[in-house]
Amino acid sequence: MPNAIYIALIPLLPLAGFLLLGLFGRRIFKNNSGVIGTLLMMCATIISLYVAYGYFFEYGKVNGVYQKLIPFKYAWLVFSKDLSIDMGITLDPISVMMLVVVTFISLMVHVFSLAYMKGEERFSTFYAFLSLFTFSMLGLVISSNIFQIYIFWELVGVSSFLLIGYYYDRPSAVAASKKAFIVTRFADLGFLIGILVLSFYSGTLDFNELISRLTAPGSDQLKAAVTSSFMGISAITWGTFLIFIGGAGKSAMFPLHVWLPDAMEGPTPVSALIHAATMVVAGVYLVARLFPVFAMAAPDSLQIVAYVGAVSALLAAVIACTQTDIKRVLAYSTMSQIGYMMFALGVAKYGGENGLGYTASMFHLFTHAMFKALLFLCAGAVIHFVHSNEMADMGGLRKKLPVTHIAFLIACLSIAGIPPFSGFFSKEEILLAAWQQNRTIYWIGLITSGMTAFYMFRLYFSIFWNRDFNDHHSAHNHHGEGGGLITIPLIILAIGSIVSGFIPFGNFVSSDGSRLATGFHASFSIMPVSIGVIGILIAGWLYKKQSDKPDKISSSLNGLYKTAYHKFYIDEIYLFITKKILFNLVGRPAAWFDRNVVDGLVNFTGNTTQVISEKIKGIQSGKVQQYAIYFLIGAIGLAALIIYW
Amino acid sequence: MNLSVLLLVPTLTAIAILLARNANQSRWIAFAGSAIQFGLAFALLYAFSHERTNGNYEQMLFVQQYNWFPAWNISYHIGVDGIAVAMILLTAFIVIAGVLVSWNVIYRTKEFYFLLILLSAGAYGFFLSLDLFILFFFLEVAVIPKYLLIGIWGSGKKEYSANKLALMLMGGSALVLVGLLGMYFSSGHEKTFDVLRLAQLHIPIDVQRIFFPLLFIGFGVFTALFPFHTWVPDGHSSAPTAGSMFLAGISMKLGSYGCLRVATWLMPDAAKEYAPIVILLSAIAILYGAFATMMQKDLKYINAYSSVSHCGFILLGIGMLTKTAITGAVMQMVSHGLMTALFFAVIGMIYERTHTRNVSEMGGLMKVMPFISTIFFIAGFCSLGLPGFSGFVAEMTIFMGSWQNTGLFYRVATVAACMSIVVTAVYILRAIGQTVMGPIKNQDYLQLKDAKWNEKLAAIILILGIIAIGVAPFWLNDLVRPGAEIIMQRIVK
Repeated sequence: MPNAIYIALIPLLPLAGFLLLGLFGRRIFKNNSGVIGTLLMMCATIISLYVAYGYFFEYGKVNGVYQKLIPFKYAWLVFSKDLSIDMGITLDPISVMMLVVVTFISLMVHVFSLAYMKGEERFSTFYAFLSLFTFSMLGLVISSNIFQIYIFWELVGVSSFLLIGYYYDRPSAVAASKKAFIVTRFADLGFLIGILVLSFYSGTLDFNELISRLTAPGSDQLKAAVTSSFMGISAITWGTFLIFIGGAGKSAMFPLHVWLPDAMEGPTPVSALIHAATMVVAGVYLVARLFPVFAMAAPDSLQIVAYVGAVSALLAAVIACTQTDIKRVLAYSTMSQIGYMMFALGVAKYGGENGLGYTASMFHLFTHAMFKALLFLCAGAVIHFVHSNEMADMGGLRKKLPVTHIAFLIACLSIAGIPPFSGFFSKEEILLAAWQQNRTIYWIGLITSGMTAFYMFRLYFSIFWNRDFNDHHSAHNHHGEGGGLITIPLIILAIGSIVSGFIPFGNFVSSDGSRLATGFHASFSIMPVSIGVIGILIAGWLYKKQSDKPDKISSSLNGLYKTAYHKFYIDEIYLFITKKILFNLVGRPAAWFDRNVVDGLVNFTGNTTQVISEKIKGIQSGKVQQYAIYFLIGAIGLAALIIYW
Repeated sequence: MNLSVLLLVPTLTAIAILLARNANQSRWIAFAGSAIQFGLAFALLYAFSHERTNGNYEQMLFVQQYNWFPAWNISYHIGVDGIAVAMILLTAFIVIAGVLVSWNVIYRTKEFYFLLILLSAGAYGFFLSLDLFILFFFLEVAVIPKYLLIGIWGSGKKEYSANKLALMLMGGSALVLVGLLGMYFSSGHEKTFDVLRLAQLHIPIDVQRIFFPLLFIGFGVFTALFPFHTWVPDGHSSAPTAGSMFLAGISMKLGSYGCLRVATWLMPDAAKEYAPIVILLSAIAILYGAFATMMQKDLKYINAYSSVSHCGFILLGIGMLTKTAITGAVMQMVSHGLMTALFFAVIGMIYERTHTRNVSEMGGLMKVMPFISTIFFIAGFCSLGLPGFSGFVAEMTIFMGSWQNTGLFYRVATVAACMSIVVTAVYILRAIGQTVMGPIKNQDYLQLKDAKWNEKLAAIILILGIIAIGVAPFWLNDLVRPGAEIIMQRIVK
């Protein structure tokens, strides 16, 4: 059993960084803030690599099965004997893998930002937020309690909000940060209610207990959760589905993906860390964490996961083909790749060979983190150089930015699934899993993979080839590629993008913890690879040299192109629902009703009292004669009453 | 620990303020008095936990009882359980912060501080009372200064607001008085106002049916029970900063404490019967308050309407009648008190500098006032229930407690309450986005100064309270839960 203290250090070091830089960064550390944050991050990375080594090769495996270890647990908020929110540490294959991914990518981004964010006014704040995010994300992956994961889930969301809105004086950044937070909050509502449902039926919030109670055949909890139903759907399906909504929001799955492209308003290193490699895969991680429940007790929910993933993958790929802002292309490609991970989980089953999708999904998560972070950091280097996000302002940069060019090319080949780059291996595994379980999804995945190759190389050729780069509108630009702090992370990630594919992932991560043999199937790979190559060739034919071919094609596909370019008008639909319905049909009437009806009644009561007292105050005039008359009338009246009653 | 000290200190402070020779002296006296009070509250927390860990499980600790008016069986009877300790802590936090942010009050400073401290004395007395008569007395002590605070030091249509607030709260008090007398006269042949005695008696259900609604609505007016909440927006918007802080932080909590301690505890059968109505009204208040907040433009109106929504959670927790939900309700009282006081404090700071509270006229304050803007962020995040701050803990406890009630009605009410977390996010982020973020719209704002020492200190005290609950909720949970358990014992029977 590992020592809990140094595992706890992995998230606590970034937390210390956040507190130090947040409280004293502006006054005391100033430009040293970046170095402090980076050094703390480096320590956390080393520890997590050490933990990963220990877990996978020393103490994690018992009788050939990787165990779930809980080296630390503290009852944070106790509701009853069974129900409590615990703060704990879970070590299992996926959490350990995520620890490595998060700390490693975060470290690369920390280093890259030293140069990229240099001279920013709020440099120390940037590093404070970056540390806060890393802390939250690490807390999320090691959670041992479903409420703990929700807590860190929210914290991750707020760090994302703060970093998207880092340039707080830009209205577009403010709007994007708000949108990201609110859309994911809406999804988290599902997550929260899902937690309530599952905890009610399982009687616990602890992941281990919850999973074992809801998967043990014949357990009272499972029986109750399966038999009680609402609107004809069993409680457990509701619970898992609602939790998946939370995951879909964070992971930008259709139709909750609208915040992700806008989130590109944040600084590019942030996009690389949060909106490509780590936070957006939290939804996949959540489904994987609860996978036994999904697979054994709620197969219907898992079907939904599969189709939502597949539709997101395809839809995002179509949109990505039409976008011109390079960060947005990458954002849609992220959404598309996460769609792959989701449907891989969706087609998987628990245990043995049928669990291939689970392994494949985690494998793709791992390789994707490498090449997508690399793509974003390269994009950052490009944007830094040309001071624009638009493809139209780029072209011919391969000579100006040689390292970036090679790194970007490696990442593109990887995401396009060309052997022997890492994306090839993980994507093959996903497609194989889909082929074995669900052919519809396999074909969607295959088509998407061809489009992926096309739009990535459209990006590649437009940035680095197409036409010669004219220097005039960036005459002040003499810094070239920007030195070692920029290029070293790119080189490291490029190496990662190549070698990470050769990791025998099935040895380490599988749905039930035991070893899963994943072979290389040459005959199966022919189709996906050749489709990828075709995509690349088309992109090269269209974009390698400047020509009017792309415009001709887009105008011949007029309607479809336009719809895709406008992202299928999903944003407009949301805008209609929020602005027109929520604000005008709910908020405004509520406010009006309150001021005019509820408060109107109060004022009416007050005014009526005043009016009546105004009317009757004349009775108490102080004139004795008047009082005598009232007295007389009263006496006569009483007398009459008594006499004639 | 002698609880009477908690009453003596504010009383002496108030007298000393009256004797002060100038404004500055009165400031420092008020500050010293509230600091002593702050220390005493922590001493009480310590002494209470010490007794509990030593195995003293009496319902009420540190009880004192002196006959005051034997003919009517009225006595000076005070004592605390965990819930009261939590409320006293809250009061101490708000008072010291309120005194600090009022440092710049120049008009009739002495009287201002006198009223503030008097109000706090009323609040302490209310939370300590174990006799309904003195409880009512202290309730009135806590209401009357409000009228003057708003009428004299207020802004905007202050006379209207002061009248409205005083009349509605007085109306509430009148209902409470009738309810208290009703309980008194139905408490057997040996009539009593004693809370502990009443808690052992069984008041006939027919009597409970009549007086429970009176008490619940009466106290409910204080805590913005829908549809008796309309004094909240006007009262807050006209009140001076410390006035708003006291109003939302303390006065509204008097009401919810009364709903719990007096109405629910002493008349458990009626509480059970009327629970669906309470739940319905509070679920409406939560959502309706949140939607109404979305449309507000004045920062104080935003926070006032959001208080309606957040106080709905308190009443929802009380109405759900489970141990966890009631614990959550008390946590929400403390959390909302601290958070809303912080919010009003920061709104006051902004208003003092920009002379507007209209969000659409502001923007980019982060650039010129980073400290104040950071406070604004923190208050906002606490309000929208971000983990790490107190609001999250309280709301989640209420949700968990509410979900234990099976039945479609309870589930729908809980889901409706949950939905407010999205609406809250919308209006909070809108307010944050328009005031502290975005470009600077008014060039005059470039000259504005950031927070002064007294403002910083006030904010830091409140933030530490919020974070102490948000990061380590177990101490508050341990403090409050046994109190909720005692109340629940009567319900379950």
